[in-house]
Amino acid sequence: MEVIISVIIGFMIIGAIFALNAKDLLSAVIACGIVGYGLVICFLLLKAPDLAIVQIVVETITLIFMVAVILDSSSKELNEKRWTHLEGTSYINTRFVVNITTVIVFAGLLLFFFSQAIDVLAPFGQHVTRMSTAYIENGANQTGSANLVTGILFDFRGYDTLGEATILFTAVIGILTILRLKGKQ
Amino acid sequence: MTSIVKTVTRLVVGVIFIYGIYIILHGHLTPGGGFAGGAIIAGAFILLVLAYGSDMLKLKAKEAGSSVMESLAILAFLLMAVVAFFLGTKVFFHNYLPKGIIGDLISAGVIPLYNIAVGIEVAAALFTIFLALVIFKEESK
Repeated sequence: MEVIISVIIGFMIIGAIFALNAKDLLSAVIACGIVGYGLVICFLLLKAPDLAIVQIVVETITLIFMVAVILDSSSKELNEKRWTHLEGTSYINTRFVVNITTVIVFAGLLLFFFSQAIDVLAPFGQHVTRMSTAYIENGANQTGSANLVTGILFDFRGYDTLGEATILFTAVIGILTILRLKGKQ
Repeated sequence: MTSIVKTVTRLVVGVIFIYGIYIILHGHLTPGGGFAGGAIIAGAFILLVLAYGSDMLKLKAKEAGSSVMESLAILAFLLMAVVAFFLGTKVFFHNYLPKGIIGDLISAGVIPLYNIAVGIEVAAALFTIFLALVIFKEESK
């Protein structure tokens, strides 16, 4: 288990370093995707399928957004560089074959890890709720809060709440920065 | 906006505001809390701006104010957690005030204070986003 996770984290580090040194933005974004999907496999191996599903959704949406933005903003160079189709050559060349093979291999890899992670989970309907049971039984007495949700949110899971508040703060800063028309000098 | 909208807003906006404050203050007793109550208070402010409008200078002053308010609120939230680290048993987010009787309005230690800070932060954040969008639209005309 630790060996597999170490190998995947090594791949993630290589992807992150490649993203920093990539020549064009598109390769950098795709290399960032390696980090995200490697994290998905790590979550699966650490028995956190809910986090893995969230990570898959967020990573895919972010990747699509970023690729769309890059294709839109730098479409001219890309069109000249990548998609020129010479007369007389076939559409099926080495590059397409390599691309499709890579996609199939990595999809198979993700499915393999998914099946492995599902094997070690408890069967459906007999889930282990050690933490939830402890929270429900002792939550009110330990936090003094009658509303159990608030008690967990601000006491047991205080770090999570701080993270949520920070996300909102960062979002506002980003919006204020992007939507500023005047005063750039 | 028409006078119908203005009159209805004048009647309703205070109730919405009070309801948001109630949701925040009773966050540790009833469903709700800082996030929900903050969204309701931001809704009251947004309703006011939508119904009555405002000129650009006032909007910009409001945006600056709410932005500062948001930063102060999240700073207060963080400071309360850090104070817990120094006062209590060296635990971040430790509940260091007396817990009181479960079900009372003043109970649960620091949780109501956290709720108030998060409520102010959410309300100011949503209102700032709204004002930034409005100002952007006005400026780009």
